[in-house]
Amino acid sequence: MRRIGLALGLGFLWAPILLMVLYAFSADRIPFQWGGFSLRWFAALAANERMREAALLSLRIAAGAATLATLLGGLAGWALARFGPFRGRTLLGALASAPLVLPEVVTGLSLLLLFVLAQGAVEAWLGWAPGRGAATILLAHATIGLAYVAVVVQARLAALDPSLEEAAADLGAEPFTIFRTVTLPLIAPSLAAGWLLAFTLSLDDVVVASFVSGPAGTTLPMLVFSALKVGLTPEVNALAALFLALAALFVGAAGLFLARRANGAG
Amino acid sequence: MRRLLILLPPLAWLLLLVAAPLLIIGLIAFAEAGPGVPPFIPPFGWAGGPVWRGSTESIGTLLGETYYLEAFLRSLLTAFVTAALCLLLAYPMALGIAGARPSWRLPLLLLVLLPFWAGFLPRLGAWIGLLRDGGWANGVLGLAGIGPLRLLYSNLALYLGMVHAYLPFAVLPLATALLRRDRSLEEAAADLGATPFTVFRSVTLPLSLPAAASAFLLVFIPAAGEFVIPELLGPPEAQLVGRVLWGEFFQNRDWPLAAALALAMLVLLLPPILLFQRLGRRG
Repeated sequence: MRRIGLALGLGFLWAPILLMVLYAFSADRIPFQWGGFSLRWFAALAANERMREAALLSLRIAAGAATLATLLGGLAGWALARFGPFRGRTLLGALASAPLVLPEVVTGLSLLLLFVLAQGAVEAWLGWAPGRGAATILLAHATIGLAYVAVVVQARLAALDPSLEEAAADLGAEPFTIFRTVTLPLIAPSLAAGWLLAFTLSLDDVVVASFVSGPAGTTLPMLVFSALKVGLTPEVNALAALFLALAALFVGAAGLFLARRANGAG
Repeated sequence: MRRLLILLPPLAWLLLLVAAPLLIIGLIAFAEAGPGVPPFIPPFGWAGGPVWRGSTESIGTLLGETYYLEAFLRSLLTAFVTAALCLLLAYPMALGIAGARPSWRLPLLLLVLLPFWAGFLPRLGAWIGLLRDGGWANGVLGLAGIGPLRLLYSNLALYLGMVHAYLPFAVLPLATALLRRDRSLEEAAADLGATPFTVFRSVTLPLSLPAAASAFLLVFIPAAGEFVIPELLGPPEAQLVGRVLWGEFFQNRDWPLAAALALAMLVLLLPPILLFQRLGRRG
């Protein structure tokens, strides 16, 4: 009974995706219609200059935002897990979790209003202000990513066995040495997971980016969104197949790495 | 001193990029719309001293016109139905994962999560391709002698897209809770002669209720503000709040009204958000 439920659920999740990947290899111009095996849509994707530029911009924003988010979110997670009760803890906790629960349109609009007012203030002061685009998207995505990293890191730190750090201290290690040789290696996987989460969130976001971007910043999701408003194109099929292949490759590699590490340790 | 160095960067960042923008929303909701860039008149000015020149026009519009009230009600209803459907599908899935052999659990969880990496938009694209006129879904219905039906841009398409996008969010907390549960209670009930169904109804289900509430809210909260899915799959008349806000901002360029809508969304979603966080702390 429960197996049937699981199979049905997984089938519902995967059927559209697998069909999409299958038809990415169809020569037919109409999506989800078989016209013989072909790689032409992958070639069309590679030749599409707007798509390539947008993908490159998205990757750069995602990498930058994820790195900023990991640094700031790591610090926030540390403060929340390790500082005990302090003045401002509730505020920090509430602000750090707000992006997790706010509707995307609210996050997008509120950040846009901030950027517009900041632009106005800078312009009144210097007579010139930088436009909105990649930089404002990066700031917005770093803020959203920060929230996710903080949660992951805080949970990991809270679950850490304190005796490991105490042992290092008993053996005479300096606080920074303890952090570098004991704590950091222990929380490194959660930092990596947080970075990856922030990276994928940034690559997937269309709503917040649409609000805070300017004429110069069209990300890949923004481009795909405007294409999908008209209808599905075979190029989007190919793009999804590509994403999924990369994700599968990554998960496979991570699994292999973990299995090898487990074998090495055991 | 070291504590301050750790605390200050994230706190300053969050004050500037989360707290300040939310306060600005509250401020601009009381601004007057006007021509120019940006298209509003700031609600306070300086003329020898601070002057208030805000207006409650946007708030009044929001409360006065049934169009907006209907959008809010429709959003809450859509989010409720989506969350209920997700819960209904996710519960047996989570039970299946928790009941699987230990070596199978992680791969099964990954199978639930991996669709995320196909990308949010491409997954919606798959539904567009399946449901369009003359598409796969209509082909299958045709074999059964039904149709052709207009499936895309309908409420059916909207809910298929919503549930497909949010289902993994519901599976995760349920699977975690069911994996961690103490099986000795169920064994005790079985030893006392309860049938498997009675064990489930009187032990397993009640114990998993907090996780089920978390899963429900984890879907309900983002679904209530959803913009992309109704826009790409839903019928034109499915004017949910997210879509209305988007329209006021991008099409009508009425920023104060958009801000007022955002403010109303915040007020409306605050109770479920607080409830969700209370559940999270207890779990």
